[in-house]
Amino acid sequence: MTRRRLRRAWSAVKLWVPLAGWLTFVLAPYAWMFITSIKPPAELYTKTVRYWPSQPTLEGYRLLMETTPFLGYMRNSAIVAVSTCVIALLVAMAAAYCFSRIPFKGKAVILFGFLVTQLFPSVLLVLPLFLIMRSLGILNTPPALILAHSTFAVPFSTWMLTGFFNAIPRDLDEAATIDGCNRFQTFRYVLLPLSAPGVAAALTYIFIYSWNEFIYALTFTADLRARTLPVGLQTFMGEYIIRWDLLTAGGVITALPIVFFFMLVQRQLIAGLTTGAVKG
Amino acid sequence: MRSPRRSSARAVGTGGRGRTWLLPLFLLSPALILLLGIVAYPIGRAIWLSFHRLEILQPDLTQNVGFDHYRSLLADPVIRIALGNSAVWVVGVVIFQFLGGLVGALILNREFPGRAAVRGVALIPWATPSVLVALMWTWMLDGNYGLVNDLLVKAGILSRFQPWLAQPWSALPAVMLADVWQGIPFFAVMLLAALQAIPEDLFEAARIDGASTQRVFFHVTLPLLVPTILITTMLRMIWTANYMDLIMIMTGGGPGYSSLTVPLHAYYMAYKRLDFGYGATIAIVQVVALAAAIVVYLRQLRRNEVMIQ
Repeated sequence: MTRRRLRRAWSAVKLWVPLAGWLTFVLAPYAWMFITSIKPPAELYTKTVRYWPSQPTLEGYRLLMETTPFLGYMRNSAIVAVSTCVIALLVAMAAAYCFSRIPFKGKAVILFGFLVTQLFPSVLLVLPLFLIMRSLGILNTPPALILAHSTFAVPFSTWMLTGFFNAIPRDLDEAATIDGCNRFQTFRYVLLPLSAPGVAAALTYIFIYSWNEFIYALTFTADLRARTLPVGLQTFMGEYIIRWDLLTAGGVITALPIVFFFMLVQRQLIAGLTTGAVKG
Repeated sequence: MRSPRRSSARAVGTGGRGRTWLLPLFLLSPALILLLGIVAYPIGRAIWLSFHRLEILQPDLTQNVGFDHYRSLLADPVIRIALGNSAVWVVGVVIFQFLGGLVGALILNREFPGRAAVRGVALIPWATPSVLVALMWTWMLDGNYGLVNDLLVKAGILSRFQPWLAQPWSALPAVMLADVWQGIPFFAVMLLAALQAIPEDLFEAARIDGASTQRVFFHVTLPLLVPTILITTMLRMIWTANYMDLIMIMTGGGPGYSSLTVPLHAYYMAYKRLDFGYGATIAIVQVVALAAAIVVYLRQLRRNEVMIQ
């Protein structure tokens, strides 16, 4: 009896102690950002570090909503990130299916070519890209960012999904073919459900990449018509004055949509889908 | 080389020999159009730049200088410091991000109440824009008002506050700490996805065979994670090598050159000194070095027959 209780207590310790330690490191800076955001400016630079403001205030959030175009930036970020997700995921799934399931010449070369695009630092590519966007006439509109973000999110998503597709036994494709499925149906009803964790992970990557991308957003947008959150936040940093109240309040809010997005998506990260798929 | 049996087995459902290239072309064309249309010209332009001296204000005076930029690269004393810093930066950051992410993935993979919420908030470092990550860590590492100093002094580890970002020996490690923090959730999510894709049968079988938790981890879990580990660490090394937002905001490469990395050096040469040709040259040399590292990695992948089959 006591031994069983001890064992249960031990396994709880083995779960919660590492979890608490890991979460503390991961969340402490965000918590500190939140605490800073509710500090009145007078309490920012105190002689001894204050762990909780004596007079907490939501003034930073009010100023953020009422005096800055923060919600406009957020709308642009949402439009760009969601569109990028749709485009990049479809393109990457098609390419990954091709790499995983169809034999053709030059596969290794093309896969490597995908990587080459990631090798160049974005500061090197941004000026020529600016010229391309200008000649397309889409500067300072969301499509410029959607196009750039999709392009740079496709290679990693493709590699990731190819790995997940490759892990699914080919016997399943053949079984589905024998059952009368065409290629698309095999993909839709066999590969896609079985690689749901990979798709969820790729989607998360694409969304966050687009949500936080800075250099292209800075260069291709000029005002509220297309400016996204990271660039908007940057404007709260003057040359001499850093608006800590606006920045930290904005930072606290900026991370939230991604947290909710992932809470929805993570349902796809459910184990056991492939259980018993291939027997004998 | 290719055995006839294998190729015929793979040709199932490709619909005839004559048009086997049609389907791949159709499936790959969106990706190829995007990549070639958007990236090819900028890359070509960068290579062209590395052989020219660009006069921004008088484009007529732009001249072909052949390999001059590459020659001055060999004589540049700063590039050697930057290369060393870059190596420390990439290897150190990716190793700790990976380990932190692996631990996180193993924890988040277990069942406990409130798991969905915990998985959501665990993404926060990745979900915070770099500008803010840099500012928050600068603020926390501050030599006068910093949280980190205060905690370390209160814990008795330090006797007095340290200006972490202003000392040559601690500037680079301090920025690395911020980057490690930002990158952990990326590995956690990717490895969590890979963990979830492992069939439960395998764990059961191993347990029935009497394998200990450690043995299951090293002989079942880890080998099945290898494809994901190789892809994510490879891409992460490339991104980290090129990533300079945090360094630029937190230290600007200083004090002195103590936290200057290769892409930041290229950036300063191009945009501060307006020597675009030399900046492009530095970046291209790094691209070549990274490409060489990738080729080694890909060999490894092919040996394991995980990616290209």
